[in-house]
Amino acid sequence: MAALFKARRALGMAVGHGVRCLNQLAELPELHQMMRQTCRDYAQKELAPIAAQLDKDHKFPAKQIQELGGMGVMAVEVPESLGGAGMDYLAYCLAVEELSRGCASTGVIVSVNNSLYLGPILKFGTEEQKKQWITPFTTGKKVGCFALSEPGNGSDAGAASTLAQQEGNEWVLNGTKAWITNCWDASATIIFATTDKSLRHKGISAFLVPMPHPGLSLGKKEDKLGIQASSTANIILEDCRIPLSNMLGERGMGFKIAMQTLDSGRLGIAAQALGIAQAALDCAADYAHKRTAFGALIGKLQFKLADMAFAIESARLLTWRAAMLRDAKKPFTKEAAMAKLGASEAATFVSHQAIQVLGGMGYVTDMPAERHYRDTCITEIYEGTSEIQRLVIANNILKEYQQ
Amino acid sequence: CFAPFLCLRPPQIRVKPDRTGVVTDGVKHSMNPFCEIAVEEAVKLKEKKLVKEVVAVSCGPQQVQETIRTALAMGADRGIHVEVSGKDYETLGPLQVSKIFAALAKKEQADLIILGKQAIDDDCNQTGQMTAALLDWPQGTFASEVTLEADKLKVVREIDGGLETIKIKLPAVVTADLRLNTPRYATLPNIMKAKKKKIVNVKPADLGVDVSSRLEVLKVDEPPQRQSGVKVETVHDLVEKLKEAGRI
Repeated sequence: MAALFKARRALGMAVGHGVRCLNQLAELPELHQMMRQTCRDYAQKELAPIAAQLDKDHKFPAKQIQELGGMGVMAVEVPESLGGAGMDYLAYCLAVEELSRGCASTGVIVSVNNSLYLGPILKFGTEEQKKQWITPFTTGKKVGCFALSEPGNGSDAGAASTLAQQEGNEWVLNGTKAWITNCWDASATIIFATTDKSLRHKGISAFLVPMPHPGLSLGKKEDKLGIQASSTANIILEDCRIPLSNMLGERGMGFKIAMQTLDSGRLGIAAQALGIAQAALDCAADYAHKRTAFGALIGKLQFKLADMAFAIESARLLTWRAAMLRDAKKPFTKEAAMAKLGASEAATFVSHQAIQVLGGMGYVTDMPAERHYRDTCITEIYEGTSEIQRLVIANNILKEYQQ
Repeated sequence: CFAPFLCLRPPQIRVKPDRTGVVTDGVKHSMNPFCEIAVEEAVKLKEKKLVKEVVAVSCGPQQVQETIRTALAMGADRGIHVEVSGKDYETLGPLQVSKIFAALAKKEQADLIILGKQAIDDDCNQTGQMTAALLDWPQGTFASEVTLEADKLKVVREIDGGLETIKIKLPAVVTADLRLNTPRYATLPNIMKAKKKKIVNVKPADLGVDVSSRLEVLKVDEPPQRQSGVKVETVHDLVEKLKEAGRI
């Protein structure tokens, strides 16, 4: 009798959760609509007009990041007690999408700070660590970064060769991290290093390192295809010494922290991809309204616009659902991988087609279409390549069917 | 106490086929930009601890609540939604709105009413002035600077000839001009707080106001299509052309 009762309760709760999720998919709650609107207004007025110049100058938008910090956008999920906005992950995804619609670089700066830096400290940090490493990074005056990839391994994160050796009451870090977003503008980083190579991925630990710091230097800024206003470079560690209390989580927990962080982080990137895709669609649709060919507005001749809109909307719903699952504290790894895969492939497709719609105008810097095209490529690479996402999805599917 | 207006910000204004007005269906409505500036000024006064409470007021149908919530998210303390919908809303004009504001000002015992100088859909530039007249309060219109000095308000007004500075006694009505301030973006924590703030629903009849219009719109037309210009070679040709067109 007891078992039956529990099963019915579980079903009731599952249905209750399901109904709430479906309702939210039909229309966002008022709170989320309002915050989406404020981010959209900010992006339209403050980011879109300067995005092209930021891209040309490779300039970090320090003023805008501080303003966004003041709005609570640099720490959406961080509780108010620590200086954040205290909102949920769905709200965060909406914010990143709207900001990325204005400027893709600003979107990734916001995303990395929220998901890859503040996220793991919030989840795995001690109360002391949270006060020291979270609160100063909620205002936009300081941003953080996440150092997992190395020159020798990107997708194969378990093969980390950056070493962390204990010497007395210090950790000594040696090695090189590659492709670190935000690093030239960051005031702290989370470094993943191995404390025991023989344990392979189970020997990796996570460390909080302030920037600048003796023993930590930065490689030259990469000259990238897109997102030029966000800095990307190597972090070089040579006898970089940090106190023992700077370890995040337990020894050997690093890989788990990285993977769980990326599960969430990839939703931020999905949101960024959606924002860029939406901006590309805006550009193409606006052009289609005005340009004529063969005696009619090209808007009437273009099924492309339908395909583009459909791709974005599908990926958006996947992203929202994954975010809602995460907010409901349910497993969301498979859905997050689908969202990131869907959104980034939608973004590269949409931005490419936007150039096609614009024709010659899409190829020149007078229109933003070319910048969107350049910006979207990275969304299929960082925080898990599309190939890795497929691996994650496949593994989850196989596990489901194993039962 | 102040009043943001629900107004149109359409990408392209189109006249309804029956020529009774412009198309408003499916057009995104948002706070009148001058009223946004008014809200910002009121919130600033509160932050300087010069006023105790800021009440956001708007007249219109259900959608108006969204606009009031935005004002709450900017820092207003509570909202009043004066429900006017359907035909009444279509014919709602400055005279009716100012009667509503005057009634509310008396009811709420307001000391200051700040509103936008004009709404960008009808460009009337009348509500503030009418409200002041109905209440027999002084008015500081087209304000580009507002300073509280004891029980008086120093208002710098943007006028055609330049800037005029006046001192008016409270209670008073102020209308906001473009350069008064730069409205803030609603912050996420304030959006969360706005959720808990109250919006009270009121009907014009409750305030003893009759919203029926004394005006009847006969027709609405689009402005005539702009004709392309003509280039002339000499000043002599220009004078001839102007004479031809009967302009001189």
